[in-house]
Amino acid sequence: MAWNKLTYTGWGRARVASGLVARPERLSTLTRDLTETRAPAFGMRRSYGDGALNHNGRAYDMTRLDRVIAFDPATGVVEVEAGMPIGDLGRAFANKGWIPPVMPGTGFATVGGCIANDVHGKNHHVMGSFGQHVTAITLIQGAKIRKITPKSAPDLWQATVGGLGQTGVIASAKIQLMPCKGDMMVLTERRIDGLDDFLVAFDESRTDYTVGWIDATATGARLGRGILEEGEITSGINKSRDAAKSVPFNAPSWALSAPVVRVFNELYFRRVPAKGRTSVKPITEPFFPLDAIHNWNRLYGKRGFHQFQCVVPMDQVEMLRAMLTRIGTSGLASPLAVLKKMGAGRGGYMSFPMEGYTLAVDFPNRDGAEDLISELTDMAHDAGGRIYFAKDGVASAAQIAGMYPDQDTWAKAVAKADPERAFETDLVRRLGLRDSTGAA
Amino acid sequence: MQQSWIILGATSSMARAMARRLAKEGATLFLCGRDMDDLAATAADCLARGAVCAKALLFDARDTDTFAPIIERATAEEGVINCAVFVGSMPEQDAIDATPELIAGVVTDSHIGPATFLQKLAPYIEARGQGTVVGVGSVAGDRGRIGNYVYGSAKAGFATYLSGLRNRLTRAGGHVVTVKPGFVDTAMTWGIEGMFLVASPDAVAGDILTAVARKKNVIYTPFFWRYIMLIIRHIPEFIFKKMSI
Repeated sequence: MAWNKLTYTGWGRARVASGLVARPERLSTLTRDLTETRAPAFGMRRSYGDGALNHNGRAYDMTRLDRVIAFDPATGVVEVEAGMPIGDLGRAFANKGWIPPVMPGTGFATVGGCIANDVHGKNHHVMGSFGQHVTAITLIQGAKIRKITPKSAPDLWQATVGGLGQTGVIASAKIQLMPCKGDMMVLTERRIDGLDDFLVAFDESRTDYTVGWIDATATGARLGRGILEEGEITSGINKSRDAAKSVPFNAPSWALSAPVVRVFNELYFRRVPAKGRTSVKPITEPFFPLDAIHNWNRLYGKRGFHQFQCVVPMDQVEMLRAMLTRIGTSGLASPLAVLKKMGAGRGGYMSFPMEGYTLAVDFPNRDGAEDLISELTDMAHDAGGRIYFAKDGVASAAQIAGMYPDQDTWAKAVAKADPERAFETDLVRRLGLRDSTGAA
Repeated sequence: MQQSWIILGATSSMARAMARRLAKEGATLFLCGRDMDDLAATAADCLARGAVCAKALLFDARDTDTFAPIIERATAEEGVINCAVFVGSMPEQDAIDATPELIAGVVTDSHIGPATFLQKLAPYIEARGQGTVVGVGSVAGDRGRIGNYVYGSAKAGFATYLSGLRNRLTRAGGHVVTVKPGFVDTAMTWGIEGMFLVASPDAVAGDILTAVARKKNVIYTPFFWRYIMLIIRHIPEFIFKKMSI
């Protein structure tokens, strides 16, 4: 079998690893290779930091294992290989009346990654997290191949969903799809003038899909202003072909400098008329707004970028305000900032979601960005919230202590599944996640 | 009219990509190879993506007994019968130097097996007066090079066979496309040093289907390999024999 010496990065391109990577094209190859060499698996590497990296170690690239293995049109249960991009799954079944009940902000994330990070979508408040709709997982732990369900192995299951790949390589999974009317979405967009209005709007929103874009450069009276997007899936079939554009090379460092971002955000805010607007779009557009531009991460130049994402409990609005103020005055914010009200749904011990508000902001990897993220991480901690590992490349073990109350339980289950730590990744090592720190 | 495609060597990533594209067009697919589990997964995938019918069938280039059942099954379908050949094997030249007997397998996988299969299929294409054969060769077949001349010679033989088959089927309304891929990002090239201008399997599959639709005879994919190979073919032998490319 071929191991390829590669230098590879997370989506933010600020974290880099080099090591040997195998890319099996058949399940039989993966199974054979894993008996000889246990190593973590990655998919499209859409985790922003180092969640998909194993520096100086080995890793499996799962992207060639991307097929639908079985589909039952009576129940809507589909079994897919772990390397299948979630957007592909959506496109393959939406015109048959089924859709993945949870899809993250990019359709390029693989099903394996969606499980390992227990991702959420714009409908989290209604449908919960991705892992809650997975009904079976094929886990390869070396010579041992296990087909698990939430009932057959509850502890291992909870350690696997949101478990960052630490219990073994997820080879395939069964997902309960959700019936849908078509693959179009009625999307209503309206301007929101500030943070408090946003929170009211979230409370009043009754749609399945709700998300807020925030102008993270706004300060003072306009702090937290943005656009609320509310969507419902509707009937109709999208006939247009996805024509993607690509960012061909690294943008210069001024491309996302503070004045440029301020102007961009002003225009983006005014793009939506003051009285709001409603339109019907193919679901891929509101679901995966940035997927139409391949390699958009190159816009941040060769130093890359970070994303900070946290969730804080519902009663921590003042902390949210303090975070936005800190971000607004930093001059580091990029156009991408998202606010959403989360429900309580989560699928595993280390799943990110909790009831509250989640805030995600991109920062170019410039001087001061990591310090700012570190500060925001501490603020999230103080608020009784937590950060999202799928986005993180900056935090330290001490900073996240206590954020995940089930960390000890998880670490124990993982130690049982992988006593030799063969599946450790850079992120898990950096945060000492398996060193059973105990809740602080 | 319903299009049926026999795909030999359907476990390869290029074949898989082509099957997927054909599935979206609503084709009937016969996915042939040796790893039946893998073929079953591709068949299920093709059905989910729109194939009218997708079946996994056993094909072993070294076992001619596996040929007839495939042809029988495929010709039971009405409409147009097409066939795409992706089979071939490429042991390291070092391994062949150590065990020259390996040559028989390489030539069987890349030339004798598929040629025998196509020879059995040709009368059906003639009888229906339509149908396309896609034969995937390699730029390695354009000139013998120190690194892989056994594989290259088998592909060269297959390319000559395809040329003759085209000559035969054209007069009956059929067509043959010879495909010469350059470096493609597959399991075969993964980890090999010195790869450049590597194409994705899906891009190659797209080029192949465009060539089928336009009834091209010989295509290089990506297209610029035509010019690279034009130069390589025209290097005089007295210079070429001293080169290591």
